[in-house]
Amino acid sequence: MNTALQLAALTMVAAVGLGVVLTRDPLRQAVVVSFFGMLLGVLFFVFQAPDVALSEIVVGAVAAPLMILLALAKVRGGAE
Amino acid sequence: MSFYPFVVAAWLLLIGLYGVVTSRNLIHLIVCMQVVQASTYVLLLSIGFRHDAVPPVFAEVPVGTPAVDPVVQALALTDVVVGATVSALLFALAVQVHKRSHTLDPARLSGLRG
Amino acid sequence: MSRQARTMLFLVGAVGLGVLVLWAYAGLPDFGHYKGPYGDILNAVSVPERNITDVVTAVNFDYRGFDTLGEEFILFAAVIGVAILLRAQRDEEEREATEFAFGRSAPRTSDAVRVVAITLVGPTVVTGLYIVAHGHLTPGGGFQGGVVLATALVLVYLAGEYVFLRRTAPLSLVEVCEAIGGGGFAVIGLAGLVAGLAYMENVFPLGEVGRLNSAGTVPLINLSVGLEVAAGFVLILVEFLEQTLMVRLKERT
Repeated sequence: MNTALQLAALTMVAAVGLGVVLTRDPLRQAVVVSFFGMLLGVLFFVFQAPDVALSEIVVGAVAAPLMILLALAKVRGGAE
Repeated sequence: MSFYPFVVAAWLLLIGLYGVVTSRNLIHLIVCMQVVQASTYVLLLSIGFRHDAVPPVFAEVPVGTPAVDPVVQALALTDVVVGATVSALLFALAVQVHKRSHTLDPARLSGLRG
Repeated sequence: MSRQARTMLFLVGAVGLGVLVLWAYAGLPDFGHYKGPYGDILNAVSVPERNITDVVTAVNFDYRGFDTLGEEFILFAAVIGVAILLRAQRDEEEREATEFAFGRSAPRTSDAVRVVAITLVGPTVVTGLYIVAHGHLTPGGGFQGGVVLATALVLVYLAGEYVFLRRTAPLSLVEVCEAIGGGGFAVIGLAGLVAGLAYMENVFPLGEVGRLNSAGTVPLINLSVGLEVAAGFVLILVEFLEQTLMVRLKERT
């Protein structure tokens, strides 16, 4: 059962990783990267690594998209 | 199955690099760097995994139960947080680049100005 | 070099890199058959020697605490870098964004967002403190709990306006907290030297397994790292927001 979960999680991580790269617009990429972070969290959880999963969920799903959005806001509406 | 996680780690490394090379927007480029970092986390945790083992937390299981490797998890854990902070630094650099050259396209950012 | 030529060159290089990387990975032990001795040794001795039940935290803050000190200073340096890069430069000045929006006003935040954000601030702070304090007993620790605490301040910004965030977390206080957190780790290590042993040796009383005040220096180091990571992320956030909302080019007259 655990093996099937690991296989599924690995395949989804590979697919969504490709999705992150192929999404060219940074605004859409922020959402996709948040989803990628959560999938990585699930993958680490299935690999019996709860510490790393907690870290990845908190950072990859919350802090990273937030910083992308802030950088975009500065670039779009910024200095004339 | 015994080689599949390593294949996924190598795949993430290569498409992350592809994203960096063919990017047309500095912010997209920095996010692709995060995909490359994710490949290192997957590799580290795949090395330390052991079938039918518990996580290395002995709060409720007795001490002798077979557990996965805690050393690679410690490495991956600080790696994740530091990776996010370094990405923040790169975003700040991208913002400054845009302020000076009014463009985020790496192909148009070639000349040095004194 | 044209874009197509660059992509072709990269694909050739990527195939070569992929082959080398897969060949290197083939030399590792099979997935699921971890062989190495150190993980097993640490799992066996952490609880008897140091009274810590979370072995990953033991590795991070006790057995390899010196490496974590280095990583913490990477974090510190990156936050300083962001602060330096985004402070107002010589030809800019800080002005309120509303000066440039004659006759327009920012869309008011919807009430649903405000209510949800305000409701979640309290539980988020408590969860963050719980994760930081129990780092040596269950999965968690200073790094994860610190980011959760920073998220609580993001919720304050979402629930109100930027000025509320500035009032809740004035910049000077946040900078002082970050310095205390960063320096605290190094200073706690000095306790080992004072006791006549190596730097960062675990010399405080070890307590009983499973209690909050067990494991000597590790809970104190967890608290200081949690403070530093939370203050660092809040500083990054405030710097980016300051850039977006306050800094404008000086008008060329």
